[in-house]
Amino acid sequence: MSAELFSLFYQFADVFAFLILSAAGLAIVFGMMGVINMAHGEFIMCGAYVTVGLVNLGVPLAIAQILAALTAGLIGVLVEFLVVRRFYKRPLDSLLATWGLSLIVTQSMLLIVGSAVRGIGTPEGSFAIGGYTFSTYRLVLFGCAVAVLAGLYIIFMKTRFGVIARATMQNAAMAKALGARTGRIYAISFGIGTGLAGLCGALYAPTMTLIPTMGATFVVESFVTVVIGGANVLLGTAPAAVFLAMIRMALNASYGQIIGQIGMLVAVILIIRVLPEGLSSVLVRRGR
Amino acid sequence: MFKLLEGPQTLGRGKMFWSCFLVVLAGALAYPLFADSYDVGNFAYFLIWIFMALGLCLMWGYGGMLSFGQTLFFGIAGYGYGVLAINMGGGSATIAALVLSVVLAMIAAGILGYFMIWGGINGIFFGIVTLSATLVLAFFLGQTAGPEWHIGPARLNGFNGMKGMDPLTVGDFYIEGSALYYVMVALIVIVYLALRMLVNSGIGNVIVATRENPQRAEMLGYDVRKYQLLTFVIGSGLAGLSGALYTSWGQFITPSSIGLPAAAMPIVWVAFSGRSDLTATLVGSFLLLFGFQTITVYSQQAALVLMGALLLATVMLAPQGFVLGIGKLAADWWQGRRRRGDVVADAGRLQPEES
Repeated sequence: MSAELFSLFYQFADVFAFLILSAAGLAIVFGMMGVINMAHGEFIMCGAYVTVGLVNLGVPLAIAQILAALTAGLIGVLVEFLVVRRFYKRPLDSLLATWGLSLIVTQSMLLIVGSAVRGIGTPEGSFAIGGYTFSTYRLVLFGCAVAVLAGLYIIFMKTRFGVIARATMQNAAMAKALGARTGRIYAISFGIGTGLAGLCGALYAPTMTLIPTMGATFVVESFVTVVIGGANVLLGTAPAAVFLAMIRMALNASYGQIIGQIGMLVAVILIIRVLPEGLSSVLVRRGR
Repeated sequence: MFKLLEGPQTLGRGKMFWSCFLVVLAGALAYPLFADSYDVGNFAYFLIWIFMALGLCLMWGYGGMLSFGQTLFFGIAGYGYGVLAINMGGGSATIAALVLSVVLAMIAAGILGYFMIWGGINGIFFGIVTLSATLVLAFFLGQTAGPEWHIGPARLNGFNGMKGMDPLTVGDFYIEGSALYYVMVALIVIVYLALRMLVNSGIGNVIVATRENPQRAEMLGYDVRKYQLLTFVIGSGLAGLSGALYTSWGQFITPSSIGLPAAAMPIVWVAFSGRSDLTATLVGSFLLLFGFQTITVYSQQAALVLMGALLLATVMLAPQGFVLGIGKLAADWWQGRRRRGDVVADAGRLQPEES
């Protein structure tokens, strides 16, 4: 019996980790600047490619993953400086600009690198409970997702940067008037967001085939998680991921991956009809 | 009724504009007489996509709803046409298949639109939800390779796409080559003029008012949600028309014409052209399609990189759109020359930056 329960938890943890890791970066950027970064998938792809490249050069996996996340973060800061910065007053245009960027990056990668790169296998290691065997790496991913949530909580709730960042989120003009350097806050937040995207790619790189268009496999999940999470991303993202993971897990188990994805989308469309502001609006109301 | 062809919502008026329109139309009609049939087929192929662009122009430029789901409805109608044409048998039934598949796309748009618009989704989220639905459809169709995925005798065939449906047929006559080209030209003229009348009519004014300020429009007594849904259904239906015509043109359709990067293409065309005007969208989309096809012959990736660069350049340099900007410059220059010193009051009002 406990084996079945653990198996359920394992499946839940798997989907939950995927949702959190793929959505966290997008949510931070959206919550901070109201900008949906359409090149999010390409930052994930960047993280994955850097990881695999470094591992093939002989760098240990864990270090390669950290370096990949840092690379994606730095590129993010650069992109913010060159492109996104111009569009803070026009969020829809920033979405189009980042989409243009995403097209350029994906297709250039196809031109330069070609369609497939030699991958690295999933790290060995499995354990058995009852009659089932489980991959250890999937649990590591779950651990990473929880660590990302905890890390974001600490950064945004316990540090000076976090206080200023939340003030900027609430009212950028007021924060600026009080002396916060909102431009720098935006750049750093965008960097954190893309760095998290890179981390997602780095963590999933060993488990999937690397192709320049791989970003597309993450974007639906990250989009819907952010949409359901609602405007207050610090509050909304985690419950949204829990909720969607439940639906996804139930449908995956009985009908397979694709029905799971369709079901998740249908659930999202139904929820925005009832809760247009997303889950965080309910939580905020309760909190008052 | 024909008064509505000109109005505050569309650029271009007076004898000058309409004689240009007639010259272009005459050129388009005469074109197959002195071009070889391969080029005519190619031209018909560009024209297929124009409907989708005009639909997006209506939703985004006039209605202020940025839908990323044009290829979703393109795909629904495209696959719908295939399934229906195969199941109903060829012949004149293909015409019914075309109509039904467009209706199918409009019903789908009505359902999705109801949940989004009545849920109060707008702005960025409207795009995100429509794009998510688009990608999910593409993933779904991509994994339908097995023989168990069929509707009647029509196999969906996963990534390889569905094929084997008849092209549009009347009796025994296949509408292909020049005949298809003339059908396309006729449809484009009808759709273009009908959209001009729509946006200049009372309904069009409410649609534009909703874009400018939904609350104000609501306070004036309009149920803006109904108008938004109408705009979304018409715009998506036009994407469906493109999809059904596309399947009929090539007798095949694959999931790759739904997912990324295909979903970005209508956005690039309309953004580059100038979303706030139908004529600019018509001209700009055609030019872009022509250029894109020319480069695709050498490298599809290079063509897509260029499309991405154009999108980036448009939002950074000319958020209103390049074709519209150039057209306005030309119009201003013309008017300025005719009555120098006069203030050009009615050269068309720019819409505000956001929207």
